[in-house]
Amino acid sequence: MNDRAKEELKPITNESGIEVKPLYTAVDVEKSGGLSMLGQPGEYPFTRGIHRLMYRKQPWTMRQYAGFGNPADTNKRFKYLIANGQTGLNVAFDLPTQIGLDSDDPLASGEIGRVGMSVDTLRDFEVAFDGIDLNKITVSLTINGAAAILIAMYLAMAEKRGYDVKQLRGTAQNDILKEFVGRGTWIFPVEPSIRLVGDTIEYCAEHAPKYSPVSVCGYHIRESGANPAQEMAYAFCIAKAYADDVIKRGLHVDEFAGRLSYNFNIFGNLFEQVAKFRAGRGLWAKIMKEQYKAEKPGSMWLRMIAAGGGGGLTFEQPEVNIVRGAYYALISALSGTQTMALCSYDEAYTIPTEYSARISLRTMQLLIEEMGLTETVDPLGGSFYVETLTNQMRQKMEEIMAEVDAQGGIVKLIAEGAIQSKVSAQAYRMQRDIESGKFRKVGVNCYRNEKEEEHPVEFHPYKEEDARAQIAALDKIRAERDPARVSQALARLSADASAGRNVMPALVEAVKAYATVGEMTQEMVKIFGRYQEPIRF
Amino acid sequence: MTAAQKSVATTRRIKVLLAKPGLDGHDQGAKVVVRALMDAGMEVIYTGLRQTPEAVARMALDEDVDVIALSSLAGSHLPFCTKLKPLLEASHLQDKLWVIGGNLPAQDHDALRQLGFTGIFPTGAKLDAIVDYIRQNVKEA
Repeated sequence: MNDRAKEELKPITNESGIEVKPLYTAVDVEKSGGLSMLGQPGEYPFTRGIHRLMYRKQPWTMRQYAGFGNPADTNKRFKYLIANGQTGLNVAFDLPTQIGLDSDDPLASGEIGRVGMSVDTLRDFEVAFDGIDLNKITVSLTINGAAAILIAMYLAMAEKRGYDVKQLRGTAQNDILKEFVGRGTWIFPVEPSIRLVGDTIEYCAEHAPKYSPVSVCGYHIRESGANPAQEMAYAFCIAKAYADDVIKRGLHVDEFAGRLSYNFNIFGNLFEQVAKFRAGRGLWAKIMKEQYKAEKPGSMWLRMIAAGGGGGLTFEQPEVNIVRGAYYALISALSGTQTMALCSYDEAYTIPTEYSARISLRTMQLLIEEMGLTETVDPLGGSFYVETLTNQMRQKMEEIMAEVDAQGGIVKLIAEGAIQSKVSAQAYRMQRDIESGKFRKVGVNCYRNEKEEEHPVEFHPYKEEDARAQIAALDKIRAERDPARVSQALARLSADASAGRNVMPALVEAVKAYATVGEMTQEMVKIFGRYQEPIRF
Repeated sequence: MTAAQKSVATTRRIKVLLAKPGLDGHDQGAKVVVRALMDAGMEVIYTGLRQTPEAVARMALDEDVDVIALSSLAGSHLPFCTKLKPLLEASHLQDKLWVIGGNLPAQDHDALRQLGFTGIFPTGAKLDAIVDYIRQNVKEA
């Protein structure tokens, strides 16, 4: 292109800060580093996919986020989603459960069952998963601060129902470091929080080797204001912090790394996201192989859910979110993800209705059944643009990770609030750019309806009587359980926590004795203390 | 000192308490609003997550703020504000400006106004609208 043609074009930079050219050729691919990191699907460095045949063998798992009210209500929604073709479950918990409060705690008042299902004891899990085949439907628990407790509860529930825990699959989110950056369901200070994640990884490696105890989330860091390259780079820094904790205990990387998984976001520029996922797969494989000396291919796999897209959806013209969701699903399919889920079109307003959750499910099924997205592995591979961008995104991520290390590491930066401050400043600039029209959002700063119509959104009802029923059920359990067994189990938990032993065996025992989430959390708070949020702008 | 300088020196900056009520962990929006208010020259005390009604009322009183602002995205705005209102009144803070933003369904706006939250900024509200509303409605100390 001559200089004159260049002059006429306004430069475009993607969100990750990479300049986008009007045309890419083989020269750009070469200049950006060539195809040395491309390889074949199912082979190191896995840029094209972690499996050889990918969706040709098995389409992605569909796992809509669901849960509200009492465990019985949630069980009904689970069964509805499964009946409609959903192949996994992703459980939403209410805020008291997420931060380790019982339903009868005064701080839980008004919040019981509101944003997810409430869980106090093992009984609630027994009800929530009643009639669901845990071998057929894999369950993902969106739990972080209280993750060790709820993983123990899930394993105990499965064992009680006769499943072989050694063969049990499933996932817990259990990524506490990102909770300090965004999402906010922390309980304990940073150091003991990392230790608890390490405890779950170490315990599962031995007792539930097919269970994925951690899903490291770039997702929420992106929602908090990070760009796509930062999203993945920070997630890798966090995953390394957990891996380092476990390796310090004497485990070899190949004993646990194969069960680490990831959760990434899918809103934004289509090509930038697809390049992000392809770049991330290669980079993570390289990190595990070169820095951690992993030998098993599974340890190098970036297994992930590419999902949600909540940050891209709009309050304005909510029905247009159905279309956005379809494009996000396309991004997810092109990314080579293992699992997919979509935020529903009404999610900026309320908990999705059965109707809107079904539309999300149908959106993903459509890609499988009608659009040919499962027929060929990594269909964008070889595109001059996508390969160039993949190289550039990988370099960006490496730069960001090196910067984090140079500044003292991710744990220090999160503990000080530095990452929080950085992404929040970016979120502010983005909001200003949206409000000024510089960053275009359809229906928000362009193509607004002259007269906003009534929004076709049905609000999910919050029922006070459900909260009262949950408290009554908890009272009943407290009255029926064996108090000596509970106090013994809690004493062991306290002793193990304070001696620096892995707390998981004590938690499993306490859960089986029907100790409550709040009781177990309290025991650990006494030893570990509570997190104090750094306020920094 | 010129007259203009004097007027700047004697006019107190608007002081805002921005609180995250209840257990809600969504703080992206609250932190964005904090930055917008600071850019507009206001003094902002951001509470961080998980504030009880008692804590919000106490900080509002101790810090002698002009504006009490809440950011709520997890649906518990009505029970929280119902508990907060009498506490603010007991501290004689009913003359301060009470505002709330976040995921606030239209059907709840009347109830919020009746609870004293005159400025309501649901998802989609513009930062400048929040700044302007506070400037125009804050009561002179």
